[in-house]
Amino acid sequence: MRDAIFDMPAAPSGYRPIARDEMLLEASNLVFEAGGQRLLCGIDVSIRKGARTLVMGPNGAGKSLLLRLLHGLLKPAQGDVLWQGSPLTKQAMRAQAMVFQRPVLLRRSVLANLKFALSVRGLRGAERAEKIDMALTAAGLSHLAKQPARVLSGGEQQRLAVVRALACEPDLLFLDEPTANLDPASTAAIETLVLEANARGVTIVLVTHDSGQAKRLGQDVIFLQDGCVAEAGPASQVLGAPRSEPARAWQDGRLYLGANTRSINDRSRRTF
Amino acid sequence: MDSFWSVLGGAFALVFALDPDLLEIIGLSMRVTLTAVLFACLIGLPLGAAVGAFRFPGRTLLAVILNALMGLPPVVVGLVVYLLLSASGPLGPLRLLYTPGAMIIAQMIIVMPIVAALTRQVVEDIDREYAEQFASLGVGALDRLLSLLWDARYSLLTVTLAGFGRAVAEVGAVLIVGGNINHVTRVMTTTIALETSKGNLQLALALGVILLLIAFSVNACVMALRASAVRAAYA
Repeated sequence: MRDAIFDMPAAPSGYRPIARDEMLLEASNLVFEAGGQRLLCGIDVSIRKGARTLVMGPNGAGKSLLLRLLHGLLKPAQGDVLWQGSPLTKQAMRAQAMVFQRPVLLRRSVLANLKFALSVRGLRGAERAEKIDMALTAAGLSHLAKQPARVLSGGEQQRLAVVRALACEPDLLFLDEPTANLDPASTAAIETLVLEANARGVTIVLVTHDSGQAKRLGQDVIFLQDGCVAEAGPASQVLGAPRSEPARAWQDGRLYLGANTRSINDRSRRTF
Repeated sequence: MDSFWSVLGGAFALVFALDPDLLEIIGLSMRVTLTAVLFACLIGLPLGAAVGAFRFPGRTLLAVILNALMGLPPVVVGLVVYLLLSASGPLGPLRLLYTPGAMIIAQMIIVMPIVAALTRQVVEDIDREYAEQFASLGVGALDRLLSLLWDARYSLLTVTLAGFGRAVAEVGAVLIVGGNINHVTRVMTTTIALETSKGNLQLALALGVILLLIAFSVNACVMALRASAVRAAYA
């Protein structure tokens, strides 16, 4: 099925094989269906421990869906998600955190938002206060601590969402297009927070459409098309010299409409 | 019959005279209504929030029932409570019939579905926004319920107001189970009904004016609480 759609094999031959114990999160044959439609068609994904993995692909490719399945927010129709080799449990979910495209902030102060997340993790008193302080400083929001979170600017809100997720000290942080609505400076601030967390050992899985961001953050890339993995591998290869037609089309800025079809914005109008 | 204006003038004279009988009636009205609304909220808020936030078998049916009960006719509630509390009824031994307690029970039954049904809607809307974040954080069921109620607090004030408005204006049920006994179960609405039928329009209208003023000031207070700029940011 995949060979019929994509002109190159999904797994590139030059990709360094990885020992199983390096894998933090693995998914095999993930299928997700909704309304009688198959939205993910048997996806295999491996997330390397400590790496920054980007999930890319056009709108509707299933990127956000994949993130939700990997995080355990949705249950797959078929297939398994393995966290360090074992099935994903509630306990394992607590070692993960997620930042959504639109930050979901409680109708409370900035401080109370951080307090809530840390309380859920069972932190109290001085330990919690210290973590809140660190998070506020990291986000540059100390002066806004008492403000209602929902009057902050979009950039401030997303910084709060990122440091709130990181305050829970996850091993893995999912980010679903965290900078899609942000200006360049706010985007850079989020990227800095992500890179700092990664430097501390937090594994990053990030969905993005921004090719600049992909170049700045990407180590591994999973490229999705129509609910299937079109190409996966090191960023230098998937973004630098894509082998699959969907990834090539994305790089050229063409809309991929399927194998052996022309894009509606295909300037060269070449046939494949 | 007196002209409308002379009746109105007499009514205000009664209001400003602070007639002790009048004050007693107002006091009992407030006591019954506020107690009924308090108990209706104690049950209705968590119940509505649970139906709004949790998925369980029969949830839709429960939501439909709550919505339908919002339109419960007060006289029917009065009748049922009367039958339950009457000497031969299952709750007869409590000897609550024709006491303020019976009126509180009847009003609570009328108000609780309103509070629960509106709470369900408010909480469901907020939960739609929070559900994934809460699941991601690993928030437990009780924490989730309390957080949703807390974050909906300003909307839920309006819900409580709706319940208060219904209770304070209610006449049919409290008349049946309270009996409109002077100095015992006589409240503003039952007095208005009685005095109007007796032709004592001044007292009836005076009570009507007071009822309106109370409803107005309660609403004004709550709206002031909701309207400040900082509060709006939490909604």
